Amino acid sequence: MHLDRIASRTADTHLSRRNFLAASAAVGGGLMLSLGLPFGRSEAAHSDGFAPNAFIRIGSDGQIVLTMPYVEMGQGTYTAIPMLIAEELEVGLTQVRLEHAPPNEKLYANPLLGVQATGNSNAMRGAWKPLREAGATARMMLVAAAAKQWGVDPNACRAQDGEVIHTASGRRPKYGELAGEAVNMPVPQNVTLKSPDDFKLIGTPAKRLDAPAKVNGTAVYGIDARPPGVKVATLAQSPAFGGRLKSLDGTATMAVKGVRQIVQLDDTVAVVADHMGAAKKGLEALKIEWDDGPHATLATEEIARELEQATLGAGALAQNIGDADKAMEGAVTKVEATYQVPFLAHATMEPMNCTVHFRKDECEIWIGSQAVARIQAMAAEAAGLPTDKVIVHNHLIGGGFGRRLEADGAVRAVEIAKHVGGPVKVVWTREEDIQHDMYRPYWFDRISAGLDDQGKPVAWKNRFAGSSVIARWLPPFFKNGLDTDSTEGAIDLLYDLPNFHVEYVRVEPPGIPTAFWRSVGPSHNVFVTESFIDELAAAAKQDAVAYRRALLDNSPRAKAVLDLAAEKADWGQSLPKGSGRGVSLQSVFGSYMAQVAEVEVSKDGTVHLRRVVCAIDCGTAVNPNTVQAQIQSGIIFGATAALYGEITLKNGRIEQTNFDTYQMLRMNEAPAIEVHIVKSTEQPGGMGETGTSAIVPAIANAIFAATGKRLRKMPADASVLKQPA
Amino acid sequence: MAFNINVNGSAHSVDVDGDTPLLWVLRDVLGMTGTKFGCGMALCGACTVHVDGVATRSCITTIDSIGKSQITTIEAIGTTAVGATIQKAWLDHEVVQCGYCQSGQIMSASALLASNPHPTDADIDDAMSGNICRCGTYVRIREAIKLAAQSNGKGG
Repeated sequence: MHLDRIASRTADTHLSRRNFLAASAAVGGGLMLSLGLPFGRSEAAHSDGFAPNAFIRIGSDGQIVLTMPYVEMGQGTYTAIPMLIAEELEVGLTQVRLEHAPPNEKLYANPLLGVQATGNSNAMRGAWKPLREAGATARMMLVAAAAKQWGVDPNACRAQDGEVIHTASGRRPKYGELAGEAVNMPVPQNVTLKSPDDFKLIGTPAKRLDAPAKVNGTAVYGIDARPPGVKVATLAQSPAFGGRLKSLDGTATMAVKGVRQIVQLDDTVAVVADHMGAAKKGLEALKIEWDDGPHATLATEEIARELEQATLGAGALAQNIGDADKAMEGAVTKVEATYQVPFLAHATMEPMNCTVHFRKDECEIWIGSQAVARIQAMAAEAAGLPTDKVIVHNHLIGGGFGRRLEADGAVRAVEIAKHVGGPVKVVWTREEDIQHDMYRPYWFDRISAGLDDQGKPVAWKNRFAGSSVIARWLPPFFKNGLDTDSTEGAIDLLYDLPNFHVEYVRVEPPGIPTAFWRSVGPSHNVFVTESFIDELAAAAKQDAVAYRRALLDNSPRAKAVLDLAAEKADWGQSLPKGSGRGVSLQSVFGSYMAQVAEVEVSKDGTVHLRRVVCAIDCGTAVNPNTVQAQIQSGIIFGATAALYGEITLKNGRIEQTNFDTYQMLRMNEAPAIEVHIVKSTEQPGGMGETGTSAIVPAIANAIFAATGKRLRKMPADASVLKQPA
Repeated sequence: MAFNINVNGSAHSVDVDGDTPLLWVLRDVLGMTGTKFGCGMALCGACTVHVDGVATRSCITTIDSIGKSQITTIEAIGTTAVGATIQKAWLDHEVVQCGYCQSGQIMSASALLASNPHPTDADIDDAMSGNICRCGTYVRIREAIKLAAQSNGKGG
């Protein structure tokens, strides 16, 4: 999701506040800086003008602890964020420790989301300036404390490697020794940040701080929580969305060794046992009859038809430039197409789980969440308790991708735990995880363009229909039938398109819940726009890179990544028959990216992704190592969707169950991936999701180059690509 | 009934049904949570352990099939030379992201190197394709295995 534009629209009032920092004595000695991130949307910010939402403590022992709302889910945030403080504070990266923030929406609201959540690839974008300023402030206060102690000019002292050095006298106390006194120094009103030329850490590849625990089995994820006396439960929810439990016979279940209890809810049964093995065996032994409810006959085709119909009506105007209808009339060539993308599951490697200890007047929760305050609020509602009576212990996340922005699992676990004496860990089987996910929406697009006699696009029209995740998740940000996530990548295109008209029709499918999914809106829109621009190049009988390039005079950064990717990918050089290269170009999440995918399509229609070359301009690459890792990751994630990803409904239920029917890209299918990072000192762009949206059209365009067949419906279908015998 | 098993050199007695998968004995009965649950059907490899040195999916390995076999898990793989080499290569090459599947990846990779000190790309594909990584760390896993194989060759 991409909420920058929302955030920037609401930001002005808070930006006018001058003082975003306060200093105080830390508990246990040392200096505490409380930091108000400038775009904070918290209520506290309105009432007293200063709402700290990040805390930096410099202890008397010299240890620096940063408390931040962002969570680590594999994207490297816990390594890159401390770099910002360490850079300006002049300490080594290992001296900064990051701690999970407890749930508190008022304190820890994400500056770009306005709620306490990690998503939208924006941790680094939100933290970039304020955390460097905080580091510089702390450094200046430590230097001031030393200078005052010695009765010398602060300018005669400098900070280096966690010490303040007075060159003339050779004195060099460590920060820990100065932290107590630094509290009494005035907070500097103006700080000068380092010039990028002087960066020692930012822009250098830093080792992940969370890696050692993840290679020896000691890293603790939500599913690893084991409060004393914990029982393990697994569950069966109504297979059809909206269905109800009709009857239940648990006789055989209760006879299973280790099974303790059966919990029955309106639409769910859970078996509580000493261990998951017994819980699963007990669940399999249950005789359950379901009433399939109102969606008993629902199928994907019905939803697709409804969306298709919606694109024939009018939608909310997302963007208009010039007069597309008129320009279309005057066009020499017209190109029309419809595109569809399927529902997708997240399939995080750590299946959904939540441990709950429900007590009479409070509730304790162990979970790995991207949105811990949402967990607290929704769990409190389910528990019938005030929010402050719900204690949430957040953990490492075994894959987020948007799935763990949702609280449905915690709510379900609380509902079950209410019937259990003592703590219970509710663990979804993989089948439950896939069949009761909240899904990347299905979208349907009706798109057309008019070309002039040179093949140049003079008109571009697109109307697309699908679910708005924002409308449910952040209702105030769905306005006038639009939200920035649904349209991200469909509007504000990089290309010079003088007559441009895009509409969005919000259609919520019956039964099936939708949610954010790595790169969300762009995962759909970039596929459509970058496939369609490829269609236009083909209609104009022009090279796909040259065609795009000619439309990029106003987008120099985009042109640069396109050129770089094309050059590194040997664009234009011949490939064997049955192979092809496809290009894609995008600017989403604040980063520019071009990808060239190389595929080979077998006679049976199987697509093999051989090589991907990616050029990225993400502004300042704070930790180039993480940037490369996130692109590799995003490409595999998107390629999995392009080649295999499809969740389908039949009789109101999801047809896919496990990794045999919902396939993942594996080692033997993984392409060679080259990442080329453009050197830049611009503000950092988001990295967690960009690779995913760019690879899907690159693959589709490569398949076109290899076979002449245009895929307008994802995923790639071997029966369509198969060569006649 | 009670089963006596040997995990990482220690004897344990566990009282569970004979068809209980080893995975749940490790995680829920013995509290060794380094071995992960991913699919329950040997489709993803997250639960990989070594049974007498052989990479084995613990989610479909029943406790009554273990007998006197020696079980090694991620918690102890670092005490073997090849396991330590793999772990170091993983760190040197910055493989992990969310990290959830990496216990299984490391167990599969160390079993591979133990039986085949210098695997080819095809050998790596064969040994590692049963382990899914949703973060897509495959490129780095492949490189790290090669790095570990090199240091193996130098007696590292």
